[in-house]
Amino acid sequence: MNGFIELAKTLDWSPLWISLKTGVVATIISFFLGLWAARKVIKKDYRAKSILDGILTLPMVLPPTVAGFFLLLIFSRRRAFGIFLNDTFDIQVVHTWLGCIIAATVIAFPLMYRNARAAFEQIDANLVYAGRTLGMSELSIFWRIVVPTAGPGIASGTILTFARAMGEYGATSMLAGNIPGKTGTVSQRIAMVIQDGDYATAGFWVIVVLVIAFLAIFIINMITGKHMKNIRKW
Amino acid sequence: MRVVKRLYADIHRKIGGFDLNVMIESSADRVGILGESGSGKSMTLRCIAGIEPVDSGHIEVNGRVLYDSAGKINMKPQKRNVGYMFQNYALFPTMSVIKNVMAGLGRPTEENRDKAADMLRRFRMDGYEDKLPGELSGGQQQRVALARIMVTEPSLILLDEPYSALDSYLRDRMQVEMLEMLEDYAGQVVMVSHSRDELYRFSEELFIVSEGRIIRHGDTKSVFREPEKAMAARLTGCKNLSAARRIDEHTVEVPDWGIILDLKRTVPQSTSWVGYRAHSFEPVWGEAEENCIKCDIIRVDDLPFEKNYYIRSRNSEAPLCWFVQGEEQRVLDERGLPDYLRLNEDDILLLE
Repeated sequence: MNGFIELAKTLDWSPLWISLKTGVVATIISFFLGLWAARKVIKKDYRAKSILDGILTLPMVLPPTVAGFFLLLIFSRRRAFGIFLNDTFDIQVVHTWLGCIIAATVIAFPLMYRNARAAFEQIDANLVYAGRTLGMSELSIFWRIVVPTAGPGIASGTILTFARAMGEYGATSMLAGNIPGKTGTVSQRIAMVIQDGDYATAGFWVIVVLVIAFLAIFIINMITGKHMKNIRKW
Repeated sequence: MRVVKRLYADIHRKIGGFDLNVMIESSADRVGILGESGSGKSMTLRCIAGIEPVDSGHIEVNGRVLYDSAGKINMKPQKRNVGYMFQNYALFPTMSVIKNVMAGLGRPTEENRDKAADMLRRFRMDGYEDKLPGELSGGQQQRVALARIMVTEPSLILLDEPYSALDSYLRDRMQVEMLEMLEDYAGQVVMVSHSRDELYRFSEELFIVSEGRIIRHGDTKSVFREPEKAMAARLTGCKNLSAARRIDEHTVEVPDWGIILDLKRTVPQSTSWVGYRAHSFEPVWGEAEENCIKCDIIRVDDLPFEKNYYIRSRNSEAPLCWFVQGEEQRVLDERGLPDYLRLNEDDILLLE
């Protein structure tokens, strides 16, 4: 126990802050992008829906290294788009914190999108029609009726997105690398210290991740559980 | 300026295998649309409100064109100013009662809040402002839904099966209440229902829809008195319907009932069905009189306030129904079952 406290005192805490920051920013981006995509997709007909849904869900199903490969193809400073970003806007993605955010967003976005879509599909279409006949604008109907009514589903999507974004490893290591204090996330730090045989530090970070992951699930259950009081046990 | 109340809706819509072709024109304050489920009556309402697309036609409320396929006019539902009450009321579940009523008023200003609160008071829902819709009873939800519509001062109100979500006791009460609540509303109200009782009570003018078409319309009482079409007779609650054959100007044969009807009035050429309401038979003891059928009872159902007798007919699937209430039943209890049932000329419906 004393060893643990000693470890915590001398530890470089930067991976935690980088992971948390990445998780928060990626979640905010995924939140709006996911709601927007979900809203667009449910309005499509069956065929277009299946295709779009496949594309949007792909990053979740693919190995993260495959996503990382594509991200490198796009953002590498030796390729057209990467050169364009660098020369025109002075934006670098590879080996930067921005790379962490982009990798985490791409991987975690499908969780937000799918949860939002499932929640939207459960909504009684008459609520939307009622809003229209009452003269409410489409934007107002979406933010004041649809999103609150889909609240529990969206909340659990948001938390899962955050947990996934925070723990992202594969795509992040390829796109952003593991630069201590800059792109070195908790997951990457665990892999690194284990390679060095430092199981104590790895164990410490594992506990930190476990606590955060458990909290995330606990919060989801608290949010969605409220609406499930009426479900009969069997 | 006084606006002439008038709803005009000529709607054509093809969806899947269903074809909707309805034409509704009315200046009555209370308009009813009667039809079975799937007849297109609700779809008609949705088209008027603009929440269901229309292929072609023309929709106009009090002289204001909402839709016109020729002139390429298709107003958004937001701009139509048509109030729509949904079967399940569609109250916004996460908003309090007062927020629901304010939803159609735009910005949540103090003035709008007062307006909504006034409306709730009128509907005796004051004190419930901060409750969620899920905490209200069915009848209260209906009042909130109506308040939410009325506060936006619509030029037309549409009610889609307003009582179907209520249990039967509440349904009777809300029918009376609805008429009261709509009393000071100056515009037209259109109600869609499959229940003849609801619409008989509610509407001045009635349209009967079947398979996407209006098959009969007119003053409600006269539509019930003379449904003209076999389907319309069935929807207005005529239990005994049978194919018939016109023999000459004053006689019609009804093979299923084993009877040839002698009538004083002229039988129209188009007569191919005959209808007779289950409450209108007259029992006859002893010798057969004119227009009598043998009273051969195959089953009796005992209901709280009446007895239903089923009489053998040649069409084995559709026995004749004879419903007996009150005084008439007491006579039957005394004298026993009659030998014949007489059909009164005035009650015989000659139908197409």
